[in-house]
Amino acid sequence: MQLTVWTYEGPPHIGAMRVAASMRDVHCVLHAPQGDTYADLLFTMIARSAKRPPVTYTTFQARDLGGDTAELVRKTLQDTVQRFKPRALLVGEACTAELIQDQPGAMAEGMGFDIPVVPLELPAFTRKENWGASETFFSLVRALLRGHKPAERPAMTGRRPRANLLGPTMLGFRCRDDVTEVTRLLASVGVDVNVVAPAGAAPEDLLRLPEADFNVCLYPEVAYSTCAWLERMFQQPTVKTVPIGVGASRDFLLEVGQVAGIDPAPAIAAAQTRLPWYSRSVDSTYLTGKRVFIFGDATHVIAAARVATEELGFEVVGLGSYSREFARELRAAAEGYGVEALITDDYLQVEARVLELAPELVLGTQMERHIAKRAGIPCAVISAPVHVQDFPARYAPQMGFEGANVIFDTWVHPLMMGLEEHLITMFREDIEFNDEAAPSHLGPAARQGGAQTRAEPAADDDAEGAGADDAIIWDSDAEKELRKIPFFVRGKARRNTERFARERGVATITVETLYDAKAHFGR
Amino acid sequence: MPVTRERGQRQVFCGLAGIVWLHRKMQDAFFLVVGSRTCAHLLQSAAGVMVFAEPRFATAILQDRDLAGLADCNEELDRVVTELLARRPDIGTLFLVASCPSEVIKLDLDTAAERLAASQQGRVQILAYSGSGLDTTFTQGEDTCLTALVPRMPELPAAERSLLVLGTLPDIVEDQFARLFAEIGIAPVHFLPPRKAAELPPVGPGTLLLAAQPFVGETAAALAKRGATLIEAPYPFGIEGSRAWFAAAAAAWGLPAERVEAAIAAPVARAERGLANYREQLAGKRISFLPDSQLEIPLGRFLSRECGMQLTEVGVPYLDRRMMAAELELLPAGLRLTEGQDLERQLDRLRQDRPDLTVCGLGLANPLEAEGLTTKWSIELVFSPVHGFDQAADLAELFARPLNRRQRLAF
Repeated sequence: MQLTVWTYEGPPHIGAMRVAASMRDVHCVLHAPQGDTYADLLFTMIARSAKRPPVTYTTFQARDLGGDTAELVRKTLQDTVQRFKPRALLVGEACTAELIQDQPGAMAEGMGFDIPVVPLELPAFTRKENWGASETFFSLVRALLRGHKPAERPAMTGRRPRANLLGPTMLGFRCRDDVTEVTRLLASVGVDVNVVAPAGAAPEDLLRLPEADFNVCLYPEVAYSTCAWLERMFQQPTVKTVPIGVGASRDFLLEVGQVAGIDPAPAIAAAQTRLPWYSRSVDSTYLTGKRVFIFGDATHVIAAARVATEELGFEVVGLGSYSREFARELRAAAEGYGVEALITDDYLQVEARVLELAPELVLGTQMERHIAKRAGIPCAVISAPVHVQDFPARYAPQMGFEGANVIFDTWVHPLMMGLEEHLITMFREDIEFNDEAAPSHLGPAARQGGAQTRAEPAADDDAEGAGADDAIIWDSDAEKELRKIPFFVRGKARRNTERFARERGVATITVETLYDAKAHFGR
Repeated sequence: MPVTRERGQRQVFCGLAGIVWLHRKMQDAFFLVVGSRTCAHLLQSAAGVMVFAEPRFATAILQDRDLAGLADCNEELDRVVTELLARRPDIGTLFLVASCPSEVIKLDLDTAAERLAASQQGRVQILAYSGSGLDTTFTQGEDTCLTALVPRMPELPAAERSLLVLGTLPDIVEDQFARLFAEIGIAPVHFLPPRKAAELPPVGPGTLLLAAQPFVGETAAALAKRGATLIEAPYPFGIEGSRAWFAAAAAAWGLPAERVEAAIAAPVARAERGLANYREQLAGKRISFLPDSQLEIPLGRFLSRECGMQLTEVGVPYLDRRMMAAELELLPAGLRLTEGQDLERQLDRLRQDRPDLTVCGLGLANPLEAEGLTTKWSIELVFSPVHGFDQAADLAELFARPLNRRQRLAF
């Protein structure tokens, strides 16, 4: 058993639902107990969908368990196909149904429907949502294209190259606008979009996948296995750069250029993006070296780390992901920043790491907002899981050059503005404008002493770890001096000073120790 | 009252959803669901928009190896509970909440609760109940939770009597009711659930039981076994329901009806003034209820009798005739009342009826709006102060608001 306060991903059948709900003319039958229909809310409320997800549940109850649940599955399949007349049927189980093993997939295959039936194996007790989405998309594409001879693609000469955009789904982070933005990017180098899938595609569209010259793997968490399979079966190369950030968008165009045999240089030169100038303008100087912790799915974390360091001048003090499938890529990225990647789906571990590192900014998911709020640290959301406010009405891509503009605004917004930061450092006794009057969006924790209180639980843990006998005492002057350090770096200062004292066997921290430590560690 | 029973796909919450309000009501309680990632996902989808600094619920997610053997599962549960209690030393009462997966593998949480309570040496009260979708529908989760509290309630001394109000009420409503009971002359009055799970009210043969919510049938039965007597009354929605509710309590207590009328005169007058405006907006409008919380019958009664609405169809997830007896008598004759659900058929009927207002869950609300039907999402009725005289207008407003909004919007 795993104690879970918040879960980063839902069970795998939610991933299957995301694929079904993203597409047209696909229906999903889920063998699931009464109550599992809660998942419809994710689509109708969080993503504000105007139609019900194309999912029918068997909704069995205790009384059904005594009887024939298999018969219930059969009837549900029959009614569903008759009523909705889908052009492809996905059949899967939720966790409880997995335990009673009615084999709904096999049953559906034996029922003689005249549409493709795709049975889904979704191991609910070992795998999670993104895996479920990836597996469902892959299974569906494979089932539809199996046996299809790779039609001879006409040579690229004399026509514009075509690409498939693979991976965007409902409930994915900003997929809607990313697709628009990437379509724009591709158009800027003269590449057409053949099929976007799963989002907006029908089964017939998937049959056209082999007609593209290459695939763009926008969201590897969902589309990587499908891209790899298409590469094997139809010799379609995969563009692997995810265009989040200015640098990555340029690299993306370079890779597209290479694959499609075109020169992207004019398009790159003509690209309109304000991030580089905004970030270079002197107003942004105070962003230099801001200590940032990054967590989310692997794709967005790797991209965010690059933007944070190369494009905003932050320092990445920690990064991690819940996407175990991409742990290797993440570890490699982390190594580049000299930090150790945190690969976990345990919210409590992430929380512990944030408290320990006491960063000045957290870039994460909805869950990190909880952590950051508790710790009183500014936070911006960069990855799913997200809540309704991150499915905005306005155009808000993360990808491409407009995505970079959105990112600049979103990440800088929660930080205290430069002048405010200076004034708080200079004058600490202003009655309105002081540490305790930190931005209201940070919640009450920020008003109750800021980063110092937050870093304390971690500091205590550390002290225990090192043995209770070397408890370090702050003399009252040193404590007062510590409070003069701006709250957003105070946690770090406290930890550094204590570490400094511990390493040198200093039992009582004085003002002198504080400044010695400051000199030792630099900023 | 004839009832049509339906079976098929059901679009309802499971009982775990009750945790979302129960953990706010009982401030010292923590809810640990023993289930799958689906359960954890449900809870955070239902409650996730509230950014808790520290939520008072969590899920012990079963892993593959837990499914292999039961002994191991119990050890695992002990470890998780110990870990949790170390993290949250302020927990006074811990509820182990069973889910579909834990029930299918027959993990005995009642025994686990006893074992864990013993190992905690009374520092923490540990209880178990089921919130699984197999057994419970939405608000029924509160019923099973409260039922688990009943054996822990102290014995009311033999010579004493008390009134016990059953079902979660918002604190403000609870306080209003306490004041009215005091004025009528009924004392002591206790509430279940209490604001602290450690401070349970007493129960015994002198207890008169008054249900404030229609979905607490099991708890009422458990309290009856401890000697309490259930007062039959409609539920305190609207003026009529609230008046009858207080009147039934006073009659059972042996007080004359004038005492009630005197005490409620001012609130009734206020409520009538408040309701008048909404009655104008609601009268003549047709309304359908899809099954959700068990509140459908009393709310339908309020809307038809006090607001002049026409009930097109009233769907309930299940019908507890004993708890609903007084309400059923007040429903208009010829009403289409359905128990259970066959979702697609029910939606077909709804599309045919095209009522002015449809009360339904959030999984259906936006899609129905897109079809041009005006909806009122039903969960809000469980989360808002809607009981009693001073909330009668607020309750009507909840139904008038979507109609009002539809009128205001130009596009």
